[in-house]
Amino acid sequence: MYTQGLDQAGKGDPGARGEETAAQLDAFQARIDAEEKIEAKDWMPEAYRRTLIRQISQHAHSEIIGMQPEGNWLTRAPTLKRKAILLAKVQDEAGHGLYLYSAAETLGVSRDQMVGDLLSGKAKYSSIFNYPTLTWADIGAIGWLVDGAAIMNQIPLCRCSYGPYSRAMIRVCKEESFHQRQGYELMLTLCRGTDEQKAMAQDALNRFWWPALMMFGPNDATSSHSAQSMAWKIKRFSNDELRQKFIDVTVPQAEFLGLTVPDDNLKLNEDTGHYEHSDIDWQEFFDVISGNGPCNKQRLAKRCKAQDDGAWVREAARAYADKKAAAEVAA
Amino acid sequence: MTKQEWPLYEVFIRSRSGLSHRHAGSVHAADDEMALNNARDTYTRRSEGVSIWVVRSDRIVASDPAETSAFFDPAEDKIYRHPTFYEIPDEVENL
Repeated sequence: MYTQGLDQAGKGDPGARGEETAAQLDAFQARIDAEEKIEAKDWMPEAYRRTLIRQISQHAHSEIIGMQPEGNWLTRAPTLKRKAILLAKVQDEAGHGLYLYSAAETLGVSRDQMVGDLLSGKAKYSSIFNYPTLTWADIGAIGWLVDGAAIMNQIPLCRCSYGPYSRAMIRVCKEESFHQRQGYELMLTLCRGTDEQKAMAQDALNRFWWPALMMFGPNDATSSHSAQSMAWKIKRFSNDELRQKFIDVTVPQAEFLGLTVPDDNLKLNEDTGHYEHSDIDWQEFFDVISGNGPCNKQRLAKRCKAQDDGAWVREAARAYADKKAAAEVAA
Repeated sequence: MTKQEWPLYEVFIRSRSGLSHRHAGSVHAADDEMALNNARDTYTRRSEGVSIWVVRSDRIVASDPAETSAFFDPAEDKIYRHPTFYEIPDEVENL
C-alpha cells in the first residue's frame, strides 16, 4: 500500500539492525502477545519484516506459478461448464497472487524486485507446482488435495499478526472453498463414471497424495523458521500439526469416493483419533524445492517468456499514459 | 526499455449502496483508467462492489504511527464529550 519511501529498509542493512534496542523489541513483542495487529508503517524488527517479505512473496509466487499446471488443461476441459469453472479458478489464482504481492509491498519491497527474484530463480515457491498435470483427473486432485492443503495452511494465517497479510488471507480463504469443492465434485463425477474414469481418479490421487502432504513443509524437528514465526504469531500451528489435520479430514473423503490412499501403513489410531501414516520421502521434497522436480525448469521458463512477451504492452501503456498526462498539462 | 514499474494505486470499494467505501488493497496501473479496470478485475470478481475509488498511493497523506499518541492526545482528556460523563437521576426518563 504505502510502499513509497520505505524502500531504504533493505535486507542486511546494518544500520537498521543496530538501531533496534531491547526496549523496542520488548514493546513489539508485548503488542504481539496482546494480539494487536501490526500495520504497515508501525515500527517492527528488521527480522520480522524480512520473514514476512520472504513468506508473503513466496506465497504470491506460488499462486502465480500455480496457474500453470491447471492452465495447461483450459483448452482441453471436457465440457463448456468445466472450462468456465477452470477459467474462473485460474483467474482466482492470479488474483490471489496480486492480493499477496500487494500485501508484501506494504513492507517496503517493490513488485519489480519480487518478480525479478522469481524469474531469476532466487525466490522459492511451493514445491507442489513442479509436478505435471498428466490427465484431466489431476485437475480434480489439485482442487481437492492441493487447495485443501492450502486452506488448512491459510485459515490460521487469517489471524496472522501482520494486518495486511491477515486481510489478504481472509479474502483468499473466502474464494478458496470454491476451488476445493469443484475439485472434489470433479473427482466424484469421475468415480461415479466408467471404470476407466475411476482408474484415472485413483491414478491422480496416487501421484498427488504425497506431494500434497509435503506442502506443509519439513517436519517440525527440522523446520528452520518455525519457532520464531510462532512467537511472532505469523504462524499459529506447526507444520506437523497442520499436516495431521489435513490427513484426518481427507482420508474419509477419499473413502467416500471409493479411492485408496496410496499408503500401506495408513491406519486410524482409535486412542488418539488421528491417522498414522508412513514417513514422507523428504529427499524428494528437498530435490523439488532446490530446483530438480519434474517441471521446475518448464514452469520458470514459461513465466520468463510471459514476462518477456508482455514487455511491449507494459511499455506501450506507460508511453500512452505519459502522452496523455503531457496533453492534460498542455491543455 | 523502461525498468520503472507502473505506479501503485490504493483501492477502495463500496460493497453496496448505503455503506462507505472501504480499503481493499492496491494495484499497479499505467494510468487512472487502467487502475479502475485492474481494481475491478482484482477485487470484485464476485460482485463485491457497486462503486470503486482508486487513488495514487503517493498522493495519500497519512498520520505517522510513531506519533500516534501525541497526535491523538488532545481528545483523550475530554471525557465531557461523552454522554456518560453526565449524571442524571434515574427517575428522569427519555434522556
